[in-house]
Amino acid sequence: MKPGVVVKEGLRQSMSWVHTWSGLLVCWLLLLVFMAGTAAYYRHEITFWMKPELHKAADAPSRIATADAAALAVRGLQQRAPNASGWFIDLPHERNSLITASWTTPPKKGMSRAERRNAFRQQNFVLDPMTGLETAAPRDTRGGEFIYRLHFDLYYMSALWGRWIVGIAAMSMLVAIISGVITHKRIFKDFFTFRPNKGQRSWLDAHNATAVLALPFHLMITYTGLVTLMFMYMPSPTKALYGEEQNTMFGEVFMNAERGEPATKVAAPLADVRPMLQQAERAWGEAPTRIVVSHPNDAGARVELVRHPGQQLSNIEPSMTFNGATGELLSSTGAPSTTLAARGAIYGLHVAHFADPLLRALFFICGLAGCAMVATGALLWGVKERQKYAKVVAGGGKVGFGVRLVDALNIGAIAGLPVAFAVYFWANRLLPLDAAARSNLEANCFFAAWGACAILAQVRPTRGMWRFQLTLGALLMAGLPVLNFFTTDSHLGVTLFGGPALHPLAGFDLVTLALGLLLGWAAWWVGRKGLKRAGAKSSAARAASVAPASREAA
Amino acid sequence: MTPTPWRYRGAVASRAVAAIGGGYVLTSIAIALIAIALPLPRADAVTIATLLSFVVYTCAILWVFATTSATRAWVGIVVCSAALGAVQWLVGGAA
Repeated sequence: MKPGVVVKEGLRQSMSWVHTWSGLLVCWLLLLVFMAGTAAYYRHEITFWMKPELHKAADAPSRIATADAAALAVRGLQQRAPNASGWFIDLPHERNSLITASWTTPPKKGMSRAERRNAFRQQNFVLDPMTGLETAAPRDTRGGEFIYRLHFDLYYMSALWGRWIVGIAAMSMLVAIISGVITHKRIFKDFFTFRPNKGQRSWLDAHNATAVLALPFHLMITYTGLVTLMFMYMPSPTKALYGEEQNTMFGEVFMNAERGEPATKVAAPLADVRPMLQQAERAWGEAPTRIVVSHPNDAGARVELVRHPGQQLSNIEPSMTFNGATGELLSSTGAPSTTLAARGAIYGLHVAHFADPLLRALFFICGLAGCAMVATGALLWGVKERQKYAKVVAGGGKVGFGVRLVDALNIGAIAGLPVAFAVYFWANRLLPLDAAARSNLEANCFFAAWGACAILAQVRPTRGMWRFQLTLGALLMAGLPVLNFFTTDSHLGVTLFGGPALHPLAGFDLVTLALGLLLGWAAWWVGRKGLKRAGAKSSAARAASVAPASREAA
Repeated sequence: MTPTPWRYRGAVASRAVAAIGGGYVLTSIAIALIAIALPLPRADAVTIATLLSFVVYTCAILWVFATTSATRAWVGIVVCSAALGAVQWLVGGAA
């Protein structure tokens, strides 16, 4: 690097510099965020796959009426937790055919946040949508929720820390995307340019193609991702207009009905929820999908009925709030202002709750393109930097510390992360069902696998390591349908021909199979390149042995 | 590989601080001013201003790296922040 390179050169060069560094410094974390986020488009389906105990019940040919389902869930909650601080009931809708109920209890003194979360995870039951009877308790797993949370909360740290770290990475990504576009004078032409097997040129083309092809998606997903937590990242407008009353702002912007009012401590039986559901269904033209009861069996009880936002872009969920003791309608969310609807739509674009199966698949593929963009970008840095050492290496020297570090991190992230995801799913099927804190064990398996891959890569950042980890990932991913065949009754032979409720399971198996094949192809490709390289080296060695003097002279 | 001189490294570090830290401060002041200035209900104003924040921040960061010297970058960030801050202070005082 020449001195003053940033200072003297033009806009394009300085933007290229910014692009390289803002991308490189966060790329391994971004890869985790991108992979987990891409998988999270199917988090409900992943959760369902990870709870095989529920598969049979979900494949019901008919369903009981929504209002009856709600009444049965309420009855179950009355038996188990009449004094809970809150009840939550999820009713069947497109992507979920089961009825799930859970409750929260006021936290005991001295309970940590993690303990409270673990306690909450035990407090639920599932009803069969056909009979209304309780299903067998599913295994203790966080399913797709772990992947979804990992995507912005990270793990082994407070969610607040995780969100700031991911936010900084996302901001770097935004800067990298914009500076990358400025650097690129031939953005349209480059998109149609691919020169395979040309070393650095090919990596650059691959990076350009994956980045430009899905550029609108990358830009959208990065910006909207920042928007999901924008009031935390950028608090100054809130401070200017609301002072310290941040919760007032949240109430006004997110338009949620007043929650968290204290209980009156006067007992009053909860009114029947069926008339409320019917009233809501009449008003909306479709049934509510979630019921939230705060302070059940108290005179101050509130029943909030929430509707899935459906195919609208905005994520603002219409809701109606009823007095829990009398059953009278208290309020319903009105139409949001244009600005608030716009924010809701930007947020909605990120989580893509509105997407029908085809659009969701497209989002998933764009997410994979994002992973490819980050991965090829990270590799490109190593390839470029390595060229500076070409002479040193030819003379028998070693590449610099930075190149070695980046190579190792690349292996650990690009090849190691798929291994970690696959191990997470393997753990779900293989860990004993009665293991203590089983869902945490599954998460620990994910990080143990990733950690092992990352450390191995640091010890030996070689082509052989690439091949080993890619092959391992391929076998584990492609092996999932086979594992599923031996450990459950809902394998591909059943799910492909079963009812629509089982199709997500078939989809899961087929996608992991396809990802496994993709990783296998990558491993084969790396191996083939290695052979070529070795061939070139041995012929070079032969040439060198013919004329050893020339090397010494050099 | 010629080693990178310390002066160059210092200039890059200085720009990085100006971009990340200075840019954040400038953005915070600018969007607070936008929120105050918008003639909309406050929920709308706060939303628009916060939505714009990442655009402002990105532009600030890129400008810091694009301008000719680290000194210039610092002067630009500090002067803009001070000017916007003064306007906000005056508006706040008048209201």
